[in-house]
Amino acid sequence: MRVALFATCLVDTVVPQVARATAVLLERLGHEVVVPPTQACCGQMHVNTGYRREAVPIVANHVRAFAGAEAVVAPSGSCVASIHHQQAMVARRAGEHALADEAQALAGRTYELSQFLVDVLGVTDVGAYYPHRVTYHPTCHSLRLLRVGDRPLALLRAVRGLDLVELPGAESCCGFGGTFAVKNADTSTAMLTDKMANVLSTGAEVCTAGDSSCLVHIGGGLSRLRSGTRTVHLAEILASTEDDVSPTQTTRPAVRA
Amino acid sequence: MTTTPQDSRAEPTPLAPGAPRSGTTFLGLPTAPRGVGHLRGTQSFPDAARTALRDGQLRANLGRATTTIRGKRAAVVAEVPHWEQLRQAGKALKAATMARLDEHLEELERQVTARGGTVHWARDATEANRIVTGLVQATGSREVVKVKSMATQEIGLNEALEAAGIEAIETDLAELIVQLGEDSPSHILVPAIHKNRSEIREIFRRTIPGVDPGLTDDPRRLAMAARTHLRERFLRARVAVSGANFAVAETGTLSVVESEGNGRMCLTLPQTLITVMGIEKVVPRWEDLGVFLQLLPRSSTGERMNPYTSTWAGVTPGDGPQEFHLVLLDNGRTAVLADEVGREALHCIRCSACLNVCPVYERTGGHAYGSVYPGPIGAVLSPQLTGVEDNASLPYASSLCGACYDVCPVAIDIPSILVHLRGEHVEAQTRPTAEAVAFRGLARVMSNPRLWHLAQRAAGLGRFLARGKPTLPAALPPPASAWTRSRDLPTPPRKSFVQQWTEEHRQ
Repeated sequence: MRVALFATCLVDTVVPQVARATAVLLERLGHEVVVPPTQACCGQMHVNTGYRREAVPIVANHVRAFAGAEAVVAPSGSCVASIHHQQAMVARRAGEHALADEAQALAGRTYELSQFLVDVLGVTDVGAYYPHRVTYHPTCHSLRLLRVGDRPLALLRAVRGLDLVELPGAESCCGFGGTFAVKNADTSTAMLTDKMANVLSTGAEVCTAGDSSCLVHIGGGLSRLRSGTRTVHLAEILASTEDDVSPTQTTRPAVRA
Repeated sequence: MTTTPQDSRAEPTPLAPGAPRSGTTFLGLPTAPRGVGHLRGTQSFPDAARTALRDGQLRANLGRATTTIRGKRAAVVAEVPHWEQLRQAGKALKAATMARLDEHLEELERQVTARGGTVHWARDATEANRIVTGLVQATGSREVVKVKSMATQEIGLNEALEAAGIEAIETDLAELIVQLGEDSPSHILVPAIHKNRSEIREIFRRTIPGVDPGLTDDPRRLAMAARTHLRERFLRARVAVSGANFAVAETGTLSVVESEGNGRMCLTLPQTLITVMGIEKVVPRWEDLGVFLQLLPRSSTGERMNPYTSTWAGVTPGDGPQEFHLVLLDNGRTAVLADEVGREALHCIRCSACLNVCPVYERTGGHAYGSVYPGPIGAVLSPQLTGVEDNASLPYASSLCGACYDVCPVAIDIPSILVHLRGEHVEAQTRPTAEAVAFRGLARVMSNPRLWHLAQRAAGLGRFLARGKPTLPAALPPPASAWTRSRDLPTPPRKSFVQQWTEEHRQ
């Protein structure tokens, strides 16, 4: 299948290795990956901060960038949820009905990575190898807006060498929440502290999830505490194989940007 | 672009969210007035939260209480095989009722009147307080017993009565704790959720006349002390004030759902009963209660059925109160009804399930919201009742995690309303804020691939600040400092993924 990769603005700008891992994984599974060069952002940050009018041209750019794509895959539950639930809504509210229809049609062909692997490609064992103790945080938007359920867990259980440990209080929000992390930094940090306490209680070397936004938040907190436990995106784990492992990499994912 | 017209009245009432702001002559629906009641805080949410988060006792009390009640609710909801259908039925009933609210309210008035009650219409808190105060004064009584009621907390009835020399005695155990402690409620179901047993014992020991000085923090002993204190007041009370969970239009029946039986005492013993009810509480038919009385107890206290459900219609000669007054309260509700997205907040049956699952509420407590309606439902209801500019920080007091929507027994899409109200707030600004300038600039960049790539390259320059370290320095200037005060930021890469990939795949 020819898959258009939507890196998402945050991954593309801050943690490009996550998009790279997604591409490597999809190619390894025998699919052609295309990366539309004019892609930027889904518009979620604008919509969720109250700038829904301003989000309309961002949505238009996204729809233009991915026009004609057979399937769009993004390594983010949150951005895919915004594409499904918000893009057409803000366009319609602004009276841009043609754009709304196009956005809605594109949303129908847009998948979060774990959904695409399990539901569209029908695979749970992607042939990955990642010899570490890992705990999984189900991000709120993948859990409650996309209902990805245990798909990421099924994918992780099939990874060779991976020791999956359950995260206590897994379904509690980590406190990221987009601009909430800045506008309500204290509350966000209080939520993060409890999430980190749960992550650290598992003794996991790695906390993984399907959203880099939450992982940059949790990972930023763990890094500030010098905890040694790092956050690694699900795509990076699934992209890792025995061939990629080097004697010096520790928990650092094998696929680099 | 639309502009917000300046209101020419001396005391401008904020426009309702969703109200047309230009191009048409719009008289405006009144929102809850300022200076009366408890819908507005004195601090913004982030400021109030900052203080609350440092209160370890508060956080321990809330963490314990919300975790327990969350577990109870989940267990009893899981027992109901068709919970989702029941929830959708509740939502549909509420939506249908709101669509013809005026007709249902007029029918309720006819039926209550036909059964010997008197109906009063109060456009806002001030009017409702005046009506109730006048009714109590007419009885000659200087004190009233009260059933726990959000509507009377909302309008500040106790303060209004006190100003008229009338003492209002709260009879709900938790509400009594709050009143005796000169505190304010922090939860819509469990007003004293922020207090633990030993704090409650201290409040009782200091405030209840003649209480056993050896009172322990055993829950049974605490309840016995409150019971002794209240029993005397029940028996001498001549006037009671209540709220209502439901009012059935076709039969003129009012209903109060409770756990302790104190409500039953207030609703049956005094001569005069005054019920203050928000207009959204009406349901058309008696059989509608069948849906809501299944949804409410499981969602609120985590019980299959609540211990006391009282229903009454008008007055019954020789039995119970011989005078019944129903005060129908608007106080901004019609303005909420005018907003196509926000009106769903009026479907709320005040179960508090959304508070109990909210990760923000669990950590900050209810007082940080500044309104008697805290938590997720408060964050969508308070700003709509007051006009969004009077509670502008509340729609942002959520990480949009969605847990509230999942547990709401009438499926109110709270996250979507929060996002909608953020839009209303942004669009209500007449002068550009620094944030708006930044977001508008960013929107231009993110909708133009050439500018976006330049911006990404510029962001990549941030890597020089890191001087070869994996993270950026912890001390960055605002607004980045709001992030870096508690979280490291990874050092940005030299090139974005899309740029790398495009270069690699260039033929």
